[in-house]
Amino acid sequence: MNFRHHLPTRREALIGAGSLFAWSQMPRLARAEGRDPRMLVIVLRGALDGLGAVAPVGDPDWIALRGDRALVLDGKPPALPLDGFFALNPAMPNLHRLYKAQQATIVHAIATPYRERSHFDGQDVLESGIARPGAVDTGWLNRALAELASDGRVDPRGSRVLGVGSVTPLVVRGRAPVLSWVPQKLLPANEDTQARLLDLYKHTDPKLAVALEARVRLAALGATGPSDAAMVDGAALAAPGIAGVRAYFAEAAGTAARFLAKPDGPRVGAVGFIGWDTHINEGAASGQLANLLGALDGALAAIETNMGDAWRETVVAVITEFGRTARINGTNGTDHGTGTVAFLAGGALRGGRVVADWPGLKQAQLYEERDLKPTTDLRAVLKGLLRDHLRVDEPALASTVFPDSIGVAPIAGLFG
Amino acid sequence: MSRSAKAEAALALHRFGMGPRPGSIAAIEADPRGALIAELDRPAISELAAANLPSSAKAFRAVTDAFAKRQAKAIVAKKEQDAKRQQMEEASAMTEGAAQGQGTGEIAAKMAAEAVPDPGRPIYLEEARIRVAAALGAEIGFVERLVWFWSNHFCVSADKIRSMSGAYEREAIRPHVLGRFTDLLLATEGHPAMLFYLDQTVSMGANSTAGINRTRGLNENLAREILELHTLGVRTGYTQDDVIGFANILTGWTLVPPGDNPEHGGEFTFNPRLHEPGAQKVLGKSYEDETVEQGRAVLRDLAANPATASHVATKLARHFVADTPPPALVERMAKAFLDTGGDLKQVTKVMVSSDEAWTQPPAKLKRPGEWVAGMVRATGLTQADPTRYTDGQVLLGEPLWRPPSPKGFPDDEASWIDGMGRRLDVANNFAERIAGRTDPREVIETVLGSQVSPEVKQAVGRAESRQQALVLLFMSTEFQRR
Repeated sequence: MNFRHHLPTRREALIGAGSLFAWSQMPRLARAEGRDPRMLVIVLRGALDGLGAVAPVGDPDWIALRGDRALVLDGKPPALPLDGFFALNPAMPNLHRLYKAQQATIVHAIATPYRERSHFDGQDVLESGIARPGAVDTGWLNRALAELASDGRVDPRGSRVLGVGSVTPLVVRGRAPVLSWVPQKLLPANEDTQARLLDLYKHTDPKLAVALEARVRLAALGATGPSDAAMVDGAALAAPGIAGVRAYFAEAAGTAARFLAKPDGPRVGAVGFIGWDTHINEGAASGQLANLLGALDGALAAIETNMGDAWRETVVAVITEFGRTARINGTNGTDHGTGTVAFLAGGALRGGRVVADWPGLKQAQLYEERDLKPTTDLRAVLKGLLRDHLRVDEPALASTVFPDSIGVAPIAGLFG
Repeated sequence: MSRSAKAEAALALHRFGMGPRPGSIAAIEADPRGALIAELDRPAISELAAANLPSSAKAFRAVTDAFAKRQAKAIVAKKEQDAKRQQMEEASAMTEGAAQGQGTGEIAAKMAAEAVPDPGRPIYLEEARIRVAAALGAEIGFVERLVWFWSNHFCVSADKIRSMSGAYEREAIRPHVLGRFTDLLLATEGHPAMLFYLDQTVSMGANSTAGINRTRGLNENLAREILELHTLGVRTGYTQDDVIGFANILTGWTLVPPGDNPEHGGEFTFNPRLHEPGAQKVLGKSYEDETVEQGRAVLRDLAANPATASHVATKLARHFVADTPPPALVERMAKAFLDTGGDLKQVTKVMVSSDEAWTQPPAKLKRPGEWVAGMVRATGLTQADPTRYTDGQVLLGEPLWRPPSPKGFPDDEASWIDGMGRRLDVANNFAERIAGRTDPREVIETVLGSQVSPEVKQAVGRAESRQQALVLLFMSTEFQRR
């Protein structure tokens, strides 16, 4: 991709795999403090297994809960120690390095106010910032920006809306103008989607099942036909399988960082990553979830690299709609749950801790006796970030950004 | 409303239209067949406003002019560069250095040529844009489907004549899809795009004024394809002599050369200097007239031939109803064709009024273009980016106006079913872009009238994201087959 322009080109703006605010104002209050803060939100769609990502190795009930799927400090490969009680999935060495450098914070046993188990509705609540799904068509991040007093434009072209509002994730939709960019590669449908479609065909259309199976077999062989060079939007399809996912995550996040890094570029953005609905064969220190976490870890590394000096002023927030069941299900996966983790990374943080009011893992301590109980409201974390990093006005946080969150106090002390 | 009325409406939209849009099932469920016929009766329904687009002749002139400019610029640039190099060589008298300059003339020529933009691509994309918009914006889209069908039956290829492919459809196909087959046949076979595509412009009679002094002669391509593909159909009894007789009759059907006529260049003309003199025999009948009317008379007779009636009826029924269409349906349509003198609106009405057209199970695999249109319509979008659309069609094996041969794109399941993997990627890509504003459960309810299997409902409900749910929905049998 060509980075000579500070805004995406017309073609780069066609697909919204991620989106950025062409928000060319500088937040006045932060500027007055001599800062130029950046923020990137990564939405993991499908519900991340927080226990599989960040394991409570110090909890006496942990091993019993997950058995041979429990991450442990002396496992193969060993989980990465955090604070004595928690350990990180070994697929995330970059995040571990940032944590040790006090540039990452993990919040555990967290959830939005949503308590049902529908992905769509859960993502609606996660992104809209409203407790009721489907209530509004704007996202909390966009509303937060609309609240920020401006300290003048850094680029007169910045107010142009590039891309179409309809292709941006809900979290950034709203009054503040948005631009989208295209990752160089299109992500082919992932294995999970393929497997579900195959299952659907087997029950409804055997002929289509046979046709699709042929493709799956080809992919498994790593065979590439001449059609694999086919282009859409001038972008090649990414390699299938986890290599493609890794490349895609790194490129989308890395591109976002490149834009955010520019002195006259946008300051806030969001990216969505799919594939976290690990009902089947989730794995632990290796396998499906570890592959995804590894791709996410690579994306964080790409952001850090591409932000350059601006990494000092950056926060990346990784959030998901809800967690997964505490126990492994009958197909070696986990089903829809409640409490999970959120990752914060960036040079602006005063990190190096796991923030958790740990609820415990005994049957009676689980939410509805099946899920990790949420003890921290995700909005408290997000409010803390918006207040202390971007300097969004606190009353506005409780009224327009996260309505009905008056009782949810912003978490203080995330920044030095 | 009973379930079956909804199901009938959904079938009407998928089988004969461009697929349901929000509210379209409710709009036609009282009388789906009547709604299809009403669309056929709407005045000028098949026409397409394209005020900002050039006629085929004008487009052809523009491309020819640009090509001439490119060549001229290339020649000049190469000359300049070669002269420069020669000067340098003479000045330095270095034989070794001379080698370094080689090839720069060609590079300069290429660069100079590329500085002249090719007007063909923007024209092609704009034609694609309005065509897609027509498909997405139609209430039912039955007539647009007919346009697509006939455009494929009388196909030309943008690989050969990109600038004209869209204009050809607007000029030769659209005005006649609900008119008389004879007029459709005369319009397509006499259109510059067709003459150019099937090499008719270079065909000359051996005994014509031009042919006597030339090594070039007769080209049978157009005559053969008219008989085999456009009218009678393959193995219907015509012979090689018929092909030659007809090819001789068609000599002289050509274009006004675009380079030397800024007003009429690229338009159809009958050039008597290329025309084979004398009477010619086709299918046992002698054609005496030695003007353009000689060929037109053959076309009129071919249009009235019973073999043409059954060829056309079979193809229409195969496209809309089933890969192996019910014989009774085909017979009834062929009879209507002959009884009405090839009135295509009547033939089409007979098709949708026949029970056999509705009792076939929805087993017909949609072609990529139809499937994409149905997918996009289901989301309520009425505009598509033409670059993305045309790139997507390439990926799906059905590049717009670029069929693999004059036979057009095939119309059977076996030809398309291996493309399901590609459809999955395209669906995934589209769903990624629209998941933010499209609720799959809403699509099932309001667009499909809940006419999906419980399995699809369950898969959609359990999906990990809206994107995945939309992919599963768009890939479901309900969207793929009709």
